[in-house]
Amino acid sequence: MAYLTQMKNRENVLEIENLQVQFDTEGGIVRSVDGVSFSVPKGSVVGLVGESGCGKSVTSLSVMGLLQKPQGKITGGEIRLNPGENAYNLVNTPEKVLQKLRGDVVSMVFQEPMTALNPVISVGKQIDEVIFLHDTRYRTKEAIRSRTLELLKLVGIANPQGIYKLYPHQLSGGMRQRIMIGMAIACNPRLLIADEPTTALDVTIQAQILELLQNLKQELGCGILLITHDLGVVAGMADFVVVMYAGRVVEKGTVAEIFAQPAHPYTIALMKAKPVVGQQQDRLYAIGGKVPNPVELPPHCYFKDRCSHAFEPCAGDYPCEISLSPTHTVSCYKEAGNG
Amino acid sequence: MDEILRVTDLKKYYPGRAGVIKAVDGVNFSIAKGTTFGLVGESGCGKSTTGRMILRLGGSLTGGQVLFQGQDVYALNPKQLRTLRPKMQIVFQDPFSSLSPRMTVGEIIGEAVREHHLVPKKEVANYVGHIMDICGLDSYHKNRYPHEFSGGQRQRIGIARALALQPEFILCDEPVSALDVSVQAQIVNLLQDLQAQYRLTYLFISHDLSVVEHICHEIAVMYLGKIVEQGATRQVYDNPLHPYTQALLSAIPIPDPTKKTSRILLQGSLPSPADPPSGCPFHARCPHRMDICPKEVPTLREIEPGHFCACHFVEVQDTPLYFP
Repeated sequence: MAYLTQMKNRENVLEIENLQVQFDTEGGIVRSVDGVSFSVPKGSVVGLVGESGCGKSVTSLSVMGLLQKPQGKITGGEIRLNPGENAYNLVNTPEKVLQKLRGDVVSMVFQEPMTALNPVISVGKQIDEVIFLHDTRYRTKEAIRSRTLELLKLVGIANPQGIYKLYPHQLSGGMRQRIMIGMAIACNPRLLIADEPTTALDVTIQAQILELLQNLKQELGCGILLITHDLGVVAGMADFVVVMYAGRVVEKGTVAEIFAQPAHPYTIALMKAKPVVGQQQDRLYAIGGKVPNPVELPPHCYFKDRCSHAFEPCAGDYPCEISLSPTHTVSCYKEAGNG
Repeated sequence: MDEILRVTDLKKYYPGRAGVIKAVDGVNFSIAKGTTFGLVGESGCGKSTTGRMILRLGGSLTGGQVLFQGQDVYALNPKQLRTLRPKMQIVFQDPFSSLSPRMTVGEIIGEAVREHHLVPKKEVANYVGHIMDICGLDSYHKNRYPHEFSGGQRQRIGIARALALQPEFILCDEPVSALDVSVQAQIVNLLQDLQAQYRLTYLFISHDLSVVEHICHEIAVMYLGKIVEQGATRQVYDNPLHPYTQALLSAIPIPDPTKKTSRILLQGSLPSPADPPSGCPFHARCPHRMDICPKEVPTLREIEPGHFCACHFVEVQDTPLYFP
């Protein structure tokens, strides 16, 4: 079976290596993800950061096998998932096997809980369905229902019996996101992908949901791939950070490394652009220019035209990855002497 | 204080199936010319409704008064209102749905200019180009359509449309919430530049407390249709008095992994405005709840000069709580 493979490191639950994803559009071919590599170690949180259109959601959808077909396709690279014994290369895993893995080993929490939930089925029934399809330990209706109630309790819902019967529109945004999380953890997945799980929520509710994810990570020991554009969320939650720009990883490292010694000018600019409560500044740092057109990416570093550090070598080829420490890498000529 | 806008006991109730929804329930504030007043709170707290009522964009008032430069906005006849409109403008949250897809940028910015005869007909095109320059748009783009622009550029178009009428007051309803961080900074800087240049007054509505701190001179925190705390920005951020403000501020994720925040986690979510809790609307989620809280509605009182708070707990404290 060609889709079975070996993990590079058995302590990782997910390894993405040189992933390439293309979309055929009217304007031409868009290389949404171009050579992305990173891994998610067991039980840790990896924050995937970047602005809209940088390819972070496409990366996560590729892991789930949910790319919009036929426009979107993976054209290269490997996504290795480690369910325990055999590792799977999700790039060529057949749909049938993938269906078994999804929900079971890897599951996803989406940004907008209102559109991700089915509006005409009660939320309890929606969680039941996941258990019915994936967890063979619960066979009878009663067993499934009691497991759902248990899950609702686990995600911090005070009145599981009452909530079970309700429909998504009767719940608040925070409650809906709790339901989504309950559904995602129904089968104790090894990897949870959370795509902007708190972006649609108010700040006090965001704090509740982040706290919940943090607790669940401890309890279930699953790895979390947290996709967000909010560096504050990453700082509080993640162990590792991957920064993407225009389809490529520009910098990655442990959360301490990225925040203490950000190396890529884009990472630095992102941190400076966001005002921080308690720190006063007269003027916000704005990154000039805009993201390059994904249909015609320049031959040089994609960030060159917006970069305040650009110098001669930057007009050359796209910079390759430089290691600053065993865990910290950056793609930038500015750091070429330091690597 | 050179006051430009005064809102007195503003009330807007909507009839609902489950009872009357008090979207805005007795809001008072005034804004000085050339400053930015921030209105913050979570979704459903009534901040957008407050903004719309000030511009007379949301039907009739249930109660209260809006005075703009001494004129009662709701006492004006249609003709008078029309002369007032250019002076009070609005920038919307969503730069996608707030621009007509069938009009060119030039038409969008010039439409109201023509309508209000702000410049002679022949000069409208030049004037629009000039406004586009000011807002950081290339004036040769004026024959393009909104879909050809990025989110940040579109928000610039929205700002240009408001600015073209030479307003004195602009309501900014979450103007940067839909934008990426790097673009957000550009727009915030633009708004500040315009304010400095034209002495504009902003009412800035947002749920992003870090942007509000940066841009606003004075802020009011709303909860369930009422202002629970109000004061100069530095007062509120350095010494938040209301437990809700404290929780809001502590919930903001700090982009520094070495600082583990002592988050004040609030229980539950915003109660339904159709069935608000008795007494203090915040009592069910409040970590400092006392016996009096469910019984009596706290009034907004001046705790220190210029710093107001509506909370029973703060009133019984000898020294106001200090937020680290």
